[in-house]
Amino acid sequence: MRQHVVQQWQGNIDLALLHQMKRIRQIELAIATRYSEGKMRCPTHLSVGQEGVAAAAGTALTFNDLAISTHRGHAHYLAKGGDSSRMIAEIYGKEGGCSRGFGGSMHLLDLEIGFMGSTAIVGNSIPVGVGLALAIKHQQLSKVSCIFLGDGAVEEGAFYEAANFAALKRLPVLFICENNLYSVYSPLSVRQPETRKIHQLAASIGMTSASYDGNDVKACFEGISHHLDSIREGIGPCFLEFSTYRWLEHCGPHYDNHIGYRSEDEFLRWQALEPIARFERQLLKNSMITPPEIALIDSLVTKEVSAAFTFAEESAFPRPEICSAYIYK
Amino acid sequence: MTRIIKYTEAINEALHEAMAQDESVLLFGLGVDDPKRIFATTAQLVERFGSERVFDMPTAENAMTGIGIGASLLGFRPVMVHQRLDFFLLAMDQLVNNAAKWYFMFGGQKSVPITIRLVTGRGWGQGPTHSQNLHAWFAHIPGLKVVMPAFPADAKGMLLSAIFDDNPVIVIEHRWVHALEGEVVNGDWRIPLGKGRVVTSGDALTIVALSYMTIEALHAVEQLKQDGIYCELIDLRSIQPLDWELIFTSVKKTGRLLALDIAATSFSVASELVARCAIELFADLKCPPRKLALPDCPVPTSFGLTKGFYITAVDIVETVGAMLNCPVPGAERLRAAQTTPHDVPGEWFKGPF
Repeated sequence: MRQHVVQQWQGNIDLALLHQMKRIRQIELAIATRYSEGKMRCPTHLSVGQEGVAAAAGTALTFNDLAISTHRGHAHYLAKGGDSSRMIAEIYGKEGGCSRGFGGSMHLLDLEIGFMGSTAIVGNSIPVGVGLALAIKHQQLSKVSCIFLGDGAVEEGAFYEAANFAALKRLPVLFICENNLYSVYSPLSVRQPETRKIHQLAASIGMTSASYDGNDVKACFEGISHHLDSIREGIGPCFLEFSTYRWLEHCGPHYDNHIGYRSEDEFLRWQALEPIARFERQLLKNSMITPPEIALIDSLVTKEVSAAFTFAEESAFPRPEICSAYIYK
Repeated sequence: MTRIIKYTEAINEALHEAMAQDESVLLFGLGVDDPKRIFATTAQLVERFGSERVFDMPTAENAMTGIGIGASLLGFRPVMVHQRLDFFLLAMDQLVNNAAKWYFMFGGQKSVPITIRLVTGRGWGQGPTHSQNLHAWFAHIPGLKVVMPAFPADAKGMLLSAIFDDNPVIVIEHRWVHALEGEVVNGDWRIPLGKGRVVTSGDALTIVALSYMTIEALHAVEQLKQDGIYCELIDLRSIQPLDWELIFTSVKKTGRLLALDIAATSFSVASELVARCAIELFADLKCPPRKLALPDCPVPTSFGLTKGFYITAVDIVETVGAMLNCPVPGAERLRAAQTTPHDVPGEWFKGPF
C-alpha cells in the first residue's frame, strides 16, 4: 500500500507540498537532462515551472479520488501519488512501465491511486473525466473526479459539451485549468478574447469558478481543498483557473526563449515568481521548516530520481509478439 | 420458446433483457425517452428502469461518447443510440482516439465496454447527410467491433452480445429492416459477435451480403433458384471481426464470389472481401470476383436522382447471370413484380425518416 504524501509527513501540509514540488521538478529535470541519450523515444511534454498547481491538487486529493490528465501529465500523475519508477519506465517504453510500455509519456495510468489515464488529444480526456463523475454519482460514492486541462483545451468543443453536462447533472467534478499562456507556440492573445477570463467563461456555463496564482502553492492548496469540500457536499462541478508558466519548450527538453514566440524577459519575470524557491523561502522565514528537513526532502528526492531511472534502465522491452495482445479484451 | 416479432421489437427486447439482468447497463441518446422512442426501440425502458438509467442527453455527441467511456471505466455498460449514423460523426475523436484504443494504450489494464447503436437511412430523400454507410471506416479502426444485423433474431442476439462484450461495439441498424418480422427466441439469447451465417446453401456462386443487402440478395437468390441456379448466400452479420473461415470455405466450394455492400464501392467492405479472396483463393476461383455497391458519389436526395442509385435484387440477378455466363429470366420477373416506388422499403414506410 502506498502512503499519501500528507501521511508521509504526518499531516504537515507545508512539508508535503514542498516535497511534491521538488519531486516533480527533479524528475522532470532529470528527464530533460537525459533525453538526449536517446532512450526516451517518445514525444515528452515537461512541467518544469508548473509544479505548484499539480502539487497542490495532488496533496488535496485523496487516493480515493480520481484524476485524468493531458499530454503534459507527468506532474499530475506524480502529484496524485503515481509511481515514478513506473512512469520513467513507461517513457522508456519498457514492460515495467505504468502502461506496460504501450502508452509512453502521454498515456500514463496508475489505478491503485486513482490516476485513470492521460491522453494526447487536446481536450479529449475532459468528457472521460465527466463520465467518471457520472459513474461516481450513480454509485453514490464520495469521490471527486479531477480533470486537469490547459488553457488551449477550453477552446475545444469537447470542453463546452462536457462542462455543460457536468453542470446539468451537478456532477462531482473538479476542473483544474493550468493557464500557461501558450498552446504550443500560439499565445493566448491569438486564441481568446483579451477581456474574457477563462474562469469567468466557466462560470457562465454554470459551474462554480475561481482563479489563483499558480505559483503560490499554499493558496492553491487551500483553494482546491475548499472547493473539494463544496463538491463533496453536492454543489456540483467547480472550475479553478491557475496562472502558471512552462519553462521549457512545448515538447522536448530544451529552453526555447530564443526562437521568437516569447521573450527571455517574459521568461525571467515568471522564473522569478517560481513556486518552489518562493515557498521554501517563505517557510524558512516563518520558521515552518528547518534546514535539516529541507535536506531530508532533497535527499529523498535524489534517491527517488535515481531509483526511477535505474528501474527503467533495468526493465526489459515488451516483446514485439505481444503488440497485438491488447486490441480486444 | 420463440415468437414472430419485428426487428424494432427485437432491439427493444434485447434492451429490456440487458437492463433487467445487469444494473450497470445505462441507455442514453437524443430521444430515448421522447414520444417516438427511437422508432419504438426504446419503448417502456424509462418507465421500467427509471430516468437515472435511461435518459435523454444534451445535443453533444462527442462529449456524451466520452462520458460513456468514462462511466464504462468504473464498471458501467453504457448503450448510446443515434437516430442517424451521420450525427455520430461528431464523436469520431472519442470513438477513435479513446474508445478504440483505451485497452491497448494503457497496456490492457482497462477496457471500454460501450455499445453504440447507429441507424442508417435509405431513400425518401434522406440524401447526403442522412443515409451514409460508413461501416468500413469503423471496421478500419483496430479495437472496435462492428456488427450489422439484417434479421430480427440477429438484432436481438447480437445487441445482447454487444452490450455484454468488454469492448466498444458499433451496432448498425438499417432503417429498411426495422419493420422486418422474424422468429426470435425469448429471454437472454445471444449470438456470438464475429460469426457470419449461411442463409441459403448452394454451389453455383457465393454471394456475401451485409445488413439490408442480405434482404435484396434473398429475393435474388429465390428467383435464381427458380431458374435452376443455386447460390450460397452468406450474411456477414459482423464485419469486425469478420468470419473469414466461413467465406473462404464457401468460395472454395463455389469458385465464384459476388460481394455486396450498402456503401460507396471504393474502399468498401466488399473491396476487402474481393481482395482477400483473390489473394488467398486465387487458384480456386473460376471467374473474377465481383462487387456490387453504391456509386462513389454522395447520396442524392431527389426522387429523380435516386432512381437506379441503389443496388436491388435485379442488379444481383443480372450480375450472377453475367458471372455464370447464362440467361437469368428471373431478372425480368423481379422487374415486373416491382410495385412499390424505388425509394421506400414497402408501403409501410411513409417517411419522414
